[in-house]
Amino acid sequence: MASPATRRIVGAAMTGATYGAAALAIVPLAAILVMLLTKGAGSLDWDFFTRSAVPVGEPGGGFAHAIVGTLLVVGVACAIGIPIGVGAGIFLAEFGGGRFGWVVRFVADTLNGTPSIVIGIFAWAWIVRPAGRFTALAGSVALACILAPLVARTTEEMVRLVPNSLREAALALGYPRWRTSLTVVARTARAGIVTGCLVAIARVAGETAPLLFTALGNQFFSTNLLQPIAALPLQIYVYALGPYEEWHRQAWAGALVLILLVLILGTIARVATRSRHERA
Amino acid sequence: MTAPPPAAAWSPPDPAPAAATAAVPRLAVERLTAWYGDAAGIRDVSLAFEANRVSALIGPSGCGKSTLLRCLNRMHELVPDARVEGRVLLDGHDIYAPGVNPIAVRRTVGMVFQKPTPFPTMSIAENVAAGLKVGPPVSRSERDAVVERALRRAALWDEVKDRLHHSPLALSGGQQQRLCVARSIAPEPEVLLLDEPTASLDPLGAARIEELVHELKREFTVVIVTHNLQQAARVSDVTSFFYLGTLVETGPTAQLFTAPVQPQTEAYITGRFG
Amino acid sequence: MTALAPEQPLARAPRVSTAERWRDLRIVSPGDAVYRVALMLLALVLPLLLLAIVGGLVVGAWPAIRQFQLGFLFRSTWDPVAGQFGALPLIFGTLYSSLVAIVIAVPLALGAAIFLTEFAPRWMRTPVGTLIELLAGVPSVIYGLWGLFVLVPLLRDVIWPVVKPVLRWLPFFSGPFYGPSVLAGGTILAVMVLPYVAAVSREVLRAVPPAQREAALALGATRWEAVWTVVLPYGRAGIFGAVVLGLGRALGETMAVTMLIGNRHEISLSLVQPGYTIAAAIANEFAEAVSSLHLSALVYCGLVLFVITVCVNAAARWLIWRVARGSAAGSAAL
Repeated sequence: MASPATRRIVGAAMTGATYGAAALAIVPLAAILVMLLTKGAGSLDWDFFTRSAVPVGEPGGGFAHAIVGTLLVVGVACAIGIPIGVGAGIFLAEFGGGRFGWVVRFVADTLNGTPSIVIGIFAWAWIVRPAGRFTALAGSVALACILAPLVARTTEEMVRLVPNSLREAALALGYPRWRTSLTVVARTARAGIVTGCLVAIARVAGETAPLLFTALGNQFFSTNLLQPIAALPLQIYVYALGPYEEWHRQAWAGALVLILLVLILGTIARVATRSRHERA
Repeated sequence: MTAPPPAAAWSPPDPAPAAATAAVPRLAVERLTAWYGDAAGIRDVSLAFEANRVSALIGPSGCGKSTLLRCLNRMHELVPDARVEGRVLLDGHDIYAPGVNPIAVRRTVGMVFQKPTPFPTMSIAENVAAGLKVGPPVSRSERDAVVERALRRAALWDEVKDRLHHSPLALSGGQQQRLCVARSIAPEPEVLLLDEPTASLDPLGAARIEELVHELKREFTVVIVTHNLQQAARVSDVTSFFYLGTLVETGPTAQLFTAPVQPQTEAYITGRFG
Repeated sequence: MTALAPEQPLARAPRVSTAERWRDLRIVSPGDAVYRVALMLLALVLPLLLLAIVGGLVVGAWPAIRQFQLGFLFRSTWDPVAGQFGALPLIFGTLYSSLVAIVIAVPLALGAAIFLTEFAPRWMRTPVGTLIELLAGVPSVIYGLWGLFVLVPLLRDVIWPVVKPVLRWLPFFSGPFYGPSVLAGGTILAVMVLPYVAAVSREVLRAVPPAQREAALALGATRWEAVWTVVLPYGRAGIFGAVVLGLGRALGETMAVTMLIGNRHEISLSLVQPGYTIAAAIANEFAEAVSSLHLSALVYCGLVLFVITVCVNAAARWLIWRVARGSAAGSAAL
């Protein structure tokens, strides 16, 4: 056993090391945000939001096609994925005690851990290949496959949090189970379910890999679901790897827009959940 | 409704009401045994509940009084692995007969729980009207009238009439419980079951609920489970004592509390165990 | 608003006769069955989806599976033109870069978790914890962008010249350093994986009963010693699970890695050499695959990656479940 002085020094050193670890853990985040602001903010002009890509090498142009593309693809993905996710989540919370519930839960967790590029291959295999072309719809389906299991698990958690006494009170009034589940339980969990969806949407909006060979990307403005379409993360990727300074500049700006989108959605979710807890 | 009532003292139960109903009791239990898996919560219980009376079920923890109560509105079967043997007769008809819809039974037999549970996403008025949603459709004015009446009967109207559309979460515990009572009586059940309704309330709130019970029996048949002996003595006309899942003794409250027949009853009432 | 006296019976529906009411009591509502079936159908989509993913992968990979069989996993030649494909460098690169990520991330993540649960002043806990969690929300492509223009030049132009004289002799650092490398890829992976390991470790440490800690302190241990000798061992299984979870995340990462790792089909122990991962190869080569066999080989790689990550993630979940017993922390982290 080392002397008390040694032990004290070691203790202080290790304690300091944990301070250092925490600080070091935050440094990348700060560095990234600072970089995005300094390199990207300057390029966020009117052109950036209203113009689409111009031919290679030419200056100017913007990300309008990518921003609109992301909104469209993510929007359609939500229309597909969120009802499935919320429905599955309510199912798991209300009826999920048996074997089937266990299977669904295991599958949802497995899907949540699947690399998003594999999801992209799946969408390619089932939609792009038979159709013979890349489409925005295929990208939406890929994103929906990421959304649904994520939303299912968070919805299940939120619905489980509803105290059983509320269910009993509704049942004692003569509410059938479906009415209890919808108008009392799900309604009470509504805020939590919505924030879970917001967090999932933020995650999905930033996904690039599933879109690489489904939506493919498009240098032109398009809102056609049956054609390739640009998306914000895709555009950032292509421009970052390109040889032109102009492209790099716009990539930073696009990244700033993307991170702002993600942060805003995440903050709304966080604030909404916290205020609920404070009220309860 | 301004000054709080004085410390509740025991008062003799109401004399027989003017409109005495026929010999068929409102609610009757015949040889009822309720199982949780392999363990019996209550065993071979037979008991009758007269119309427009308050019947109290008393006994130490785990004696089965809450289990019996939950059998009266078919809430017991919501527990997994729950089973019921025997009959529960509502106006002579067995609510456990095959083909009887438990949901409809629960509309006829209402329940108020120990912990006040207003629905948090509904306003006060919506809470009270919640039970009406599953009954025959009513017009809005009828619904407002029912809400007001229920709140008046629950002695809550004056306190909430200006905030009917506000959240019930701002109400005190006692007020929330009275709201739950109003919610239960708004759809006009025949029977009202109260499962330790004052257990989580302060003395003032509890006293108010007890006052209510006196009023409620005018229109409903009331069965109350309580672990508070004084409360049972105060509010009920008939008391039944349970121990380890069996009905030990039942009788008019005054008689049970002053001259119990069974030694176990006397031991419980005098506080020798509890 | 009619003001009814409490004693007045409600002039609504007349009291129904017992027989009528009894008939009502027998009506059964079909709503419950419909509801349950509807929800079940929605829930069924998930297992069907998983089957479809596996099916799509197997069908897409079949030509390559038939041609190369399991040897695919052990050969190194990747020549699309000649139709020769071997995924060993990809598998190696995937595992190696993830290992680098874990080696870098785990001490930092664990240190941060210990900091947050043991040493941080109370007011600091939520903000610092939130900041670390925010790391998990940054999209992969933004990490890639930052890595490309900030991290790689930093490593190549600032750090490497300093440490080169010392480390050059180790096999892990041999050869010229152009920038895109396993080290760059592994480092960015470490940053991406850190918040997950930290969050789960934090929950695991929080779940250690205070009595354990207090017992050590009562015996005269310093706060650090209490952590090192009692708290950490107690949470050992859960922390291991957190590490495996981080590994699972790292294995599947695509965008940031493909932008920083150099994208070369080669096996090398040297961290400063370019490397390749399965996900990066698929991302780079899929859209411009030379032949259908090339595509099939890539899908075969995807199948391999899928199997690896499913196993690793299942292991992580099982380890964490054993400790957290399905608490909200466990599933939230996943």
